[in-house]
Amino acid sequence: MRTKGTFQFRSLFVAGPLVALLFSLVSFSAQSPAPQVLNWGNGTEVQDLDPHIVSGVPEHHIISELFEGLVTVHPQTLEPLPAQAESWTISKDGKIYTFKIRKDAKWTNGENVTANDFVYSWQRLVDPKTAAKYAYQGYYIKNGEAINKGKIKDLKQLGVKAVDAHTLQVELEAPAPFFLGVLYHYSLYPVHQKTVEKFGQRWTRPENIVSNGPFKLESWQLNKVLTVVKNPVYWDAAKVQLSKVNYWPVEKSDTEEKMFRAGELHVTNEIPLPKIPYWQRSKKDVYQQHPYLGTYYYRLNVTKKPLNDKRVRRALNLSIDREDIVKHVTRAGQIPALSFTPPGTGGFTPEGKLPPKVTPKTIAEAKKLLAEAGYPDGKGLPPIEILYNTLESHKTIAEAIQQMWKKNLGIEVKLFNQEWKVYLATMQTLNYQIARAGWIGDYNDPLTFLDMFITNGGNNETGFSNKEYDKLVRDVKHETNQAKRLKMFQRLEDILMDELPIVPIYTYTRVYLKDPKVAGWYPNVMDYHPLKFVSLK
Amino acid sequence: MSNTLTTTMTGTDLSMDTNLKDETGGVSLWKDAFRRLLKNKMAVIGGTFLLLEILLAIATPWIAPYDFEAQNLELWVEAPSALHWFGTDTLGRDLFTRVLYGGRISLMVGILASLVSVAIGVTYGAISGYLGGRVDSLMMRIVDVLYALPFIFLVIILMVYFGRNIYLLFVALGMTQWLTMARIVRGQVISLKEKEFVQAATSMGVRKSTIIFKHLIPNCLGPVIVFMTLTVPTVILEEAFLSFLGLGVQAPMASWGTLISNGVEVMEIRSTVLLFPAMALGLTLFSLNFLGDGLRDALDPKGAKD
Amino acid sequence: MGLGYLIKRVLTMVPVFFAVVTLVFFTIRFAPGGPFDEERRVPPEILENLNKKYHLDEPLYQQYFRYLGALAHFDLGPSFKHSNRTVNEIIAEAFPISFELGTYALIWALIIGLLAGGLAAYKPNSLFDYVPMSISIAGICLPTFVIGPLSILLFGLWMEWLPVAGWDDWPSKVLPSLTLGFAYAAYVSRLTRGGLMEIRNQDFIRTARAKGLKESTILIKHSLRGGLLPVVSYLGPAFAGLLSGALVTETIFNIPGLGRFFIQSALNRDYTVVMGTALLYFTLIFVCNFIVDVLYVVLDPRVRYE
Repeated sequence: MRTKGTFQFRSLFVAGPLVALLFSLVSFSAQSPAPQVLNWGNGTEVQDLDPHIVSGVPEHHIISELFEGLVTVHPQTLEPLPAQAESWTISKDGKIYTFKIRKDAKWTNGENVTANDFVYSWQRLVDPKTAAKYAYQGYYIKNGEAINKGKIKDLKQLGVKAVDAHTLQVELEAPAPFFLGVLYHYSLYPVHQKTVEKFGQRWTRPENIVSNGPFKLESWQLNKVLTVVKNPVYWDAAKVQLSKVNYWPVEKSDTEEKMFRAGELHVTNEIPLPKIPYWQRSKKDVYQQHPYLGTYYYRLNVTKKPLNDKRVRRALNLSIDREDIVKHVTRAGQIPALSFTPPGTGGFTPEGKLPPKVTPKTIAEAKKLLAEAGYPDGKGLPPIEILYNTLESHKTIAEAIQQMWKKNLGIEVKLFNQEWKVYLATMQTLNYQIARAGWIGDYNDPLTFLDMFITNGGNNETGFSNKEYDKLVRDVKHETNQAKRLKMFQRLEDILMDELPIVPIYTYTRVYLKDPKVAGWYPNVMDYHPLKFVSLK
Repeated sequence: MSNTLTTTMTGTDLSMDTNLKDETGGVSLWKDAFRRLLKNKMAVIGGTFLLLEILLAIATPWIAPYDFEAQNLELWVEAPSALHWFGTDTLGRDLFTRVLYGGRISLMVGILASLVSVAIGVTYGAISGYLGGRVDSLMMRIVDVLYALPFIFLVIILMVYFGRNIYLLFVALGMTQWLTMARIVRGQVISLKEKEFVQAATSMGVRKSTIIFKHLIPNCLGPVIVFMTLTVPTVILEEAFLSFLGLGVQAPMASWGTLISNGVEVMEIRSTVLLFPAMALGLTLFSLNFLGDGLRDALDPKGAKD
Repeated sequence: MGLGYLIKRVLTMVPVFFAVVTLVFFTIRFAPGGPFDEERRVPPEILENLNKKYHLDEPLYQQYFRYLGALAHFDLGPSFKHSNRTVNEIIAEAFPISFELGTYALIWALIIGLLAGGLAAYKPNSLFDYVPMSISIAGICLPTFVIGPLSILLFGLWMEWLPVAGWDDWPSKVLPSLTLGFAYAAYVSRLTRGGLMEIRNQDFIRTARAKGLKESTILIKHSLRGGLLPVVSYLGPAFAGLLSGALVTETIFNIPGLGRFFIQSALNRDYTVVMGTALLYFTLIFVCNFIVDVLYVVLDPRVRYE
């Protein structure tokens, strides 16, 4: 092998002998990783490390290790676990939460973490001047929304107060049974007031940052690597086994996969789509695949002909073979979406109302609906276009669906892709007919999916509007009885699946590669992997 | 050598002293050049290959064995077989059909974008060279400036704006190539305009535009053709480069560039998915280069090999 | 030499620079989408807060003058995406990496290209000519995004000689710079061959040959200086092209260079970073061409500037 390679190399370049000599001097590979140093492929470069500024998933991976909120989650069950708060109580009406902050909770500069730190941080989150993209995570707290929208100027009106240095009392706008889960979101982590005020926007730089999590920031080279090391003053430091974590922002999944194979990464962000079957089949010990709390779907613009007709929307829904798509196109164990909310979200599994497979019966029904709408066999149907943002995987799915509609209904659909930001602008202005979309839950409760489709909701973007739906969403927010909530969610699903402003396609899976040496890393629907539980064997 | 640096900045040895001096002698000189071209084996092979390819591209809709977007999701990157000569791609589409259609797109991009660059470059260069003086110096300064614009930036912005329109892709790619063409033509025109037949026309009061388009441009054709055969591969490669960044031709259309960048991802699993489109592209570019070299030698016997 | 000409050339760049600033500023601003658009829609109130924070709520002309004012102090503004960094800092961090990559690639291109081209010219129409020239055409024909992954596969994964990605110690720099330099090596070898062949036929070389000097002595002592002119004139645009062309290489090898920032920022609508990188590239390409002009005069006594 080696001699053959040398020969090829020589014939490739005229300067062969010289270069071959050079190469023989360096015939060593990348350095093998030191023990307990985790190398993680983290997708894109993070925007910032300020919990109140950022909005992405790669940011979550880092910030949730540098900082710690009141609670953390159990890596297997996603149950809330004590973190900066050692215990808490919830009032009967579900609106007042009282947290006891542990006495040994410390900032990396040695100062104690106090209730006041949380008061400051949450006020900062909803302060319009901060311009936090996730400010709406503070809307659960009393007056959070009013302050953020400028209706209340006094930050002190926010429903959070320090009873004493170690007791934090939170008053909610309405009971939210999932609130403890929301607290694991980075937007509700504490930040160190003096540091933020002293350094302004630059407080998250390695030389300035003060944090309170299991790890602390060591270095950060843009687009190259961000390194965190174990934080010795962390209250639970005895449990933390990793000494160092390198986050590698690798955008090209192809490159990432090669780095993994060369042993330069322990965990990747994804697998190149065409290679999934290969890894699935031949490398079972490193191939990771698990359900993820998200739905891949198409938006249908209900304000434009012909999709303003419910029957056409239903016909389109009935004539795509979701099982075929997950089996032959996406190929990563995705689950055909027969409802909008992924099954099992916060204990809710909606009844699937859509057919997983196309059968002669569904096609017949679809054709009948199309004919009733005035388009027998697709005749007279105005031209329809599918919009997606430029990406290979969206293209292949759109191509498959285009084929299905052509084959089953005789409809010619055009594909139309736009660069990401243009696509977002097009969707916002409802300047499309069918558009690809994806939604990942913010927290483990059906509400994070179903409140999207309220009239004029920021993420509705289909023009869909239904009075009963809007009212139900308002009501469910004030409901504490879980059984009643589940019923209301089912009703919301029913309305959605009857009106069908969307074409649910599949429930996401997370697919990536993981070195078998990584221990304490568990698959879960939120894709949360707190590293304090992780070690290298 | 012409007076300013700009004409020698082309980076290629195209600043030939054309032999196609006047219009009357033109025909026999072209014939001569053609005869010389036929003697160059590589150029002939290249030319024949290209001709064949263009015919194939034209005939593609009739000869392609499958529909180019028809998927058979059961056939994931199959090896070549009697049914699928080149195998199938990651969506189970017939690769032979895809390569045929890809060639259509790539050749079209290459030829049309080159024509755009020729149209702009020749007109611009001829006007600049003929008018001379301040106008010339201003026009060439503009070219200098445009050279300094990061090409990729221009195309990215254009593709972001007009991504879905293939014709704008031609224009965008053509726009990036006309500068060198303008410089070459300008150099030619400057040397031509001192020649007797142009002087004669000028003194007879022929309109400037007539002189430029009837007398000067036809006599620059040699270098223009040579440069164009070299522009076509560049443009094809640039389109491939854009495809890699996701800004090239859009689905379900596919160029060789798209096919190659798809093939690179699965090259270890099924190398044919990369190999066939890469070979198609490689052979085409080879042929174009050989033909270009041959044409240059044929049109400029002085610079030919000994 | 024409010092006046050079000064004049620098001076004409000043208004051009402003034209470019204006052009780029308004082009990127008129592209649809904004820096804060995301799949998860930012509520209008929050968007308003964000726009206010970055002065995006002001009329465009006011933002333009704000930008110009800052530019006068060499302040390229804050990045919208990387909110704790300024554009100056990003460039200071990323540009040296791209520069290093470009320089190494150029060195490879020169070493390989000059050797191959020299060899080919030394024994034209022999195996020494055909083999390197065919390889060089392959180099021109194969896109970087094929050569890159192929070389990673070969030397990174199969031989395990070199790291597959990154930019740290020097082994990690070999593959990216070779990948990037390969296409340019091909051009250099062709230009070297062409230049040397042309000068061989000139009188002073014929004289030298008639005097019975050895062919290798003629090549090295007499032909190189003149024969390399096309290579020199190619170096300016080549280096500029290397810097911007590096973005594919940077993506494939995950190198934190400026090319990646440029693509990312254009897609993110990170206006200030787009502006900053574009202006930097513009300046750089100008400087490269300028240096080449000066070199050209030094090497070729026949060239004089008006």
